[in-house]
Amino acid sequence: MADDPPPRPAERTDRSPWNWLLLVAIIPPLLTFLYDDREPRLFGFPRFYWMQLAFIGVGVVCTAVVYRMTKRKP
Amino acid sequence: MTGINWTELVIFAALFVVVAGLGFVASRWRRPASMHHLDEWGLGGRSFGGWVTWFLIGGDLYTAYTFVAVPALLYAAGGYGFFALPYTVITYPIVFLVLIRLWSVSHRHGFVTPADFVRARFGSPTLALLVAITGIVATMPYIALQLIGIEVVLKTIGLTGDSFLTRHLPLIIAFGILAAYTYQSGLRAPALIAFVKDALIYLVIIVAVLYIPYQLGGWGAVFDAADKKFTAAAATGKKVSFLIAGGNQLQYVSLAFGSALAVFLYPHSVTGVLASRNRDVIKRNMAALPAYSLLLGLIALLGFMAIAASAHGVGPLTFDGKPDNNTIVPVLFDRMFPSWFAGIAFAAIGIGALVPAAIMSIAAANLFTRNIYVEYLAKDASHADQARVSKLASLVVKVGALLVIVLIDPQFSIDLQLIGGVLILQTLPAVALGLFTRWFHRAGLIAGWIAGLSAGLAMLYTIPNPATNHLHFGSSAFKLSTLGLPWDIPIYAGFLAVAVNLLVTVIGTVIARAAKVPDGVDATVSSDYFADEGDPKVR
Repeated sequence: MADDPPPRPAERTDRSPWNWLLLVAIIPPLLTFLYDDREPRLFGFPRFYWMQLAFIGVGVVCTAVVYRMTKRKP
Repeated sequence: MTGINWTELVIFAALFVVVAGLGFVASRWRRPASMHHLDEWGLGGRSFGGWVTWFLIGGDLYTAYTFVAVPALLYAAGGYGFFALPYTVITYPIVFLVLIRLWSVSHRHGFVTPADFVRARFGSPTLALLVAITGIVATMPYIALQLIGIEVVLKTIGLTGDSFLTRHLPLIIAFGILAAYTYQSGLRAPALIAFVKDALIYLVIIVAVLYIPYQLGGWGAVFDAADKKFTAAAATGKKVSFLIAGGNQLQYVSLAFGSALAVFLYPHSVTGVLASRNRDVIKRNMAALPAYSLLLGLIALLGFMAIAASAHGVGPLTFDGKPDNNTIVPVLFDRMFPSWFAGIAFAAIGIGALVPAAIMSIAAANLFTRNIYVEYLAKDASHADQARVSKLASLVVKVGALLVIVLIDPQFSIDLQLIGGVLILQTLPAVALGLFTRWFHRAGLIAGWIAGLSAGLAMLYTIPNPATNHLHFGSSAFKLSTLGLPWDIPIYAGFLAVAVNLLVTVIGTVIARAAKVPDGVDATVSSDYFADEGDPKVR
């Protein structure tokens, strides 16, 4: 994205292709078949527990990236 | 009176007093020119930056009841209780783009409550009144549950008595102090106390997740003990499971999703959001607040630690012959920690109840003031009048919550809280979708609200709770077969109710437009939804 179009003043929007990344954070925790099992274990945690905890990390990364990439220039 | 643990009590009381002091001092923190304005008392001057907002919203959403009830649910029902984790993980990305619009339009127009927005957007004081009443009714039992959080701690310390007075006096004192400093300092009090609360909670949980599993033979042993308990219980026909019990996946997901939609519709969440300084603070917090979800996940697993620690004498306390599962976390701390640290842990839970209780009562009071008092009783109330009415209303709200706990079976507030979640979801079309589209007709929204509410209540009414022998309002898991559908699987009642609501809202809107029913005037314009700090305000 080398040649950004010049920003149009007064015309504000929250639209950005980066927003789609939020879906990556939302959908996996709703897919029970991904994690509704005991194996494999990680540090003693069954998959059901470690994977849902791991989704926190996915959520933070996705949301943080969207925040950084859609930040308004001062 | 069975033995009081004096070490625990003294440390708990000392920390409680420190926090109460902070609550009163808070009125001078970031001191405004005048406290006689609802923006100051009710929204902390709309000036909180990233850190304060993080502590405030974190302290607001992750309540004492969460710390007590979620592990209790894992202790009793197994993996099902873990739904609270995906719920708090997905809520931030879901509301990311919603809350910034709410903040902007509220900043432009000086909205204090979600009902203020609905009134201006759809030009309907009636719809705003419905949203306000829904908010107040849903919030009251939520406050009552914070009291249950304090009460289980007091019980574990040994402060239980046989007479009415000895049983409830400590709770009444604690709540009296809370009411006094909230009255005095407004939203600044919970914002300042949230720092102490969160520091204590993080400290206690980090120690707990390292120290307790170490004593119990490691995390693997903790999970094995829980697995063994639930697998054995399930074999005897009990509806529990170490993972999600067969057929409950839809309930698990719809409950997580529905709760995630509901949480930022609660007036106290909106209060926390509107108190922030600008859009950037909100966006940054949506990325940073999941730190609390990690905490919540670890706290939830305290329920499994309690199972593994049954050899150490950990089990729920029994009152009137009935085991109270909500006491399981305090009992775990009491048995596994030395008394002095258990005292700190109890203070963390107790103070953890004060922050959300204060914000909730402020939010409910603001709803009353803005959308009932000013709208219907005193149209020309000055800013000072509004602040004064809100302060008094916050007292009334707290006394009401206290009476619910003291005079009525606590199970009742748990039922009410369940209903409250389903109720607040019914404001979704007007508040959340209304931020994006003005297509809905106010008549359609009102019809949808009535339909969703009725459907939700009707569904909850059919659900029994075999564990407590209650025939109605037993849980939020509504079996699809009740409707005559061929699937014998449960789904979250709130999810179905909001679907009914949306359907009726859409049909109602089409009918109202076709019949040329007069629509309200939209007082907002498109650019309002992108306004930021420093942009001019309307009026």
